[in-house]
Amino acid sequence: MAASEENVSIADHAKRTRREPGALRQYATQLAGNPLGIVGLVLVVLIIGCAILSPWIVPYDPTQIFVGPRLGGPSWAHWLGTDQLGRDTLSRVIAGSRIAMLVAVATLGTALTIGLLLGLIAGYGPQWLDNILLLLFDAVRSFPVIVFGLALVTLLGPSLQTVILVVAITSVPIYARIARTQTQSLRNAEYIQAERAMGAGTMRTLAIHILPNVIGPLLILVSMDVPLVIATEAGLSFLGMGVRPPTPSWGTILNDGYGVIRNSPWPVISGSVPIVIVTLGFTFLGEALRDIFDPKLRRDL
Amino acid sequence: MSALLEVEDLRVRFRTIGSLRARIRGVEDPFIDAVCGVSFSIREGETLGLVGESGSGKSTIARALIGLNPVADGSIRFDGREIAGLGERQYGALRREMSMMWQDPVGSLSPRLTVRSLVTEPFRIHGVKGRDLDEEASRLLTMVGLGPDFASRFPHQLSGGQARRVGVARALALDPKLVIADEPTAGLDVSVQAEVLNLLGDLQRRLGVAILVITHNLNVVRHITDRMAIMYLGRFVEQGPTEDVFFHPRHPYTEALLSANPEPDPDAAKERIEISGEVPSLLDRPKGCEFHTRCLYAQDDCRRVAPGVTRESETHRYTCHHPLSE
Repeated sequence: MAASEENVSIADHAKRTRREPGALRQYATQLAGNPLGIVGLVLVVLIIGCAILSPWIVPYDPTQIFVGPRLGGPSWAHWLGTDQLGRDTLSRVIAGSRIAMLVAVATLGTALTIGLLLGLIAGYGPQWLDNILLLLFDAVRSFPVIVFGLALVTLLGPSLQTVILVVAITSVPIYARIARTQTQSLRNAEYIQAERAMGAGTMRTLAIHILPNVIGPLLILVSMDVPLVIATEAGLSFLGMGVRPPTPSWGTILNDGYGVIRNSPWPVISGSVPIVIVTLGFTFLGEALRDIFDPKLRRDL
Repeated sequence: MSALLEVEDLRVRFRTIGSLRARIRGVEDPFIDAVCGVSFSIREGETLGLVGESGSGKSTIARALIGLNPVADGSIRFDGREIAGLGERQYGALRREMSMMWQDPVGSLSPRLTVRSLVTEPFRIHGVKGRDLDEEASRLLTMVGLGPDFASRFPHQLSGGQARRVGVARALALDPKLVIADEPTAGLDVSVQAEVLNLLGDLQRRLGVAILVITHNLNVVRHITDRMAIMYLGRFVEQGPTEDVFFHPRHPYTEALLSANPEPDPDAAKERIEISGEVPSLLDRPKGCEFHTRCLYAQDDCRRVAPGVTRESETHRYTCHHPLSE
């Protein structure tokens, strides 16, 4: 009877306090005390909101030509004016945010997964494997991203998938290196030794005891890397190596606008401002997150 | 009175430099012997204390027993089975019968698991079926004097003493026959140390588990062990029943260690024997008796000839040319 009462109380506790009580609220308070972090959060929410809701909030079809005058300035009908084909620039910018976020999520997701996996193998596996992987990481990182991109585009042809592939491949080594360093610092931790002594297999040790302690810093890095990825996508698209017209991307908007900048500056301005907003937003948010979760400042992360 | 664990001539060596570099530099023997021909045994339900300075090889023995350090030479028989040289995987079910308490009470607990998960981890690792893990967690926590309330806490929310109790609960989860306790009192307040030692003693009487205690704290040894062994530079210099060794030490090193231990009785006449010098490097072991560089009674033969093991009685042995008399 007593035993069953104890069980109830254990289950109760599990429900009530999965984490430290108020931990989330504590983080929220810390974020509120960081004005730049708030600005970042607002901008990030704005961009992500645009990306998700873009099919419903665009005022015009972003690929429909001659919905307005050619190269028109801002007006009540077209807030950001129109481009050389008479397409509504605001609609194209909003639709472009979707491409940008799609690229960011796909590349960073891929890069994080592969990087984490390789990093764990390098950090926990045998020394020779570590050496080979490190050599590989350094080799990949020594390519300039854009030049590597041009090479891959030449091979595979310009497309959204190629952009994602380029950025993912070049980001993997960064994540892998960080994951490797973290793993190495943990492999001799006493609790990992204890797990081994109890007979836990390598997979179990990695998945349950190492991975959760490695992933935190990586997630912060991901948030800081979003602007980098988006800028690379815009850059490749600007060079005609990325998204194919007429699909709207911030890079293609810039490219279109750059040809007609003497006639109307609005397309270039509209294409570049969102890149600035994304960069500032994710950087501010990332830095605020890093301050809050910094493993050196808060060991109970 | 059968021996549960019989260690014979155990040797654990570590490579100092890579084989290629050793060849280039002409180093013939690129190894150090962290544990160097150690023999002892533990009977079922018995407590053996392993004492020595830092770096004397105590923890290395523990890690070798549990299969985390490779055994270079010698034999380890556990429950009648030879386990020296088994790979980490072949240890398998053996790890149910032999468990370890680690030095750092908090640091040996995986930081993102709850106490419930931590104490039931052995069940999950060994795929023990047919037991309600919540019930087991609650049983184990109650056994070590923590309420079931602790089940949902994380390691960083525990004090050192509480974390140590969790470590005890985890070590005893699968009813092992042998528990290796590496510095069970390290980093704990004196009052908490006493609680933990009493807990260990209690559990041992109730569960009949054998314990190998590794420590440099002689009071711990005196308090809970039946027999003790003194280590110096990876070798046993003396071993025997705890009472015997405490009251009739034969080896000068034992005598010096014992005299360095604070005596609670202020009236007890006590002469403090100081040994000078540093522990010699394992890379450069002294010739002859390895303790002669620091021994107060060293004579000529000590510097030339290594002493053999002398059996004072069935259980009390020491390694010295000129043992102390009463």
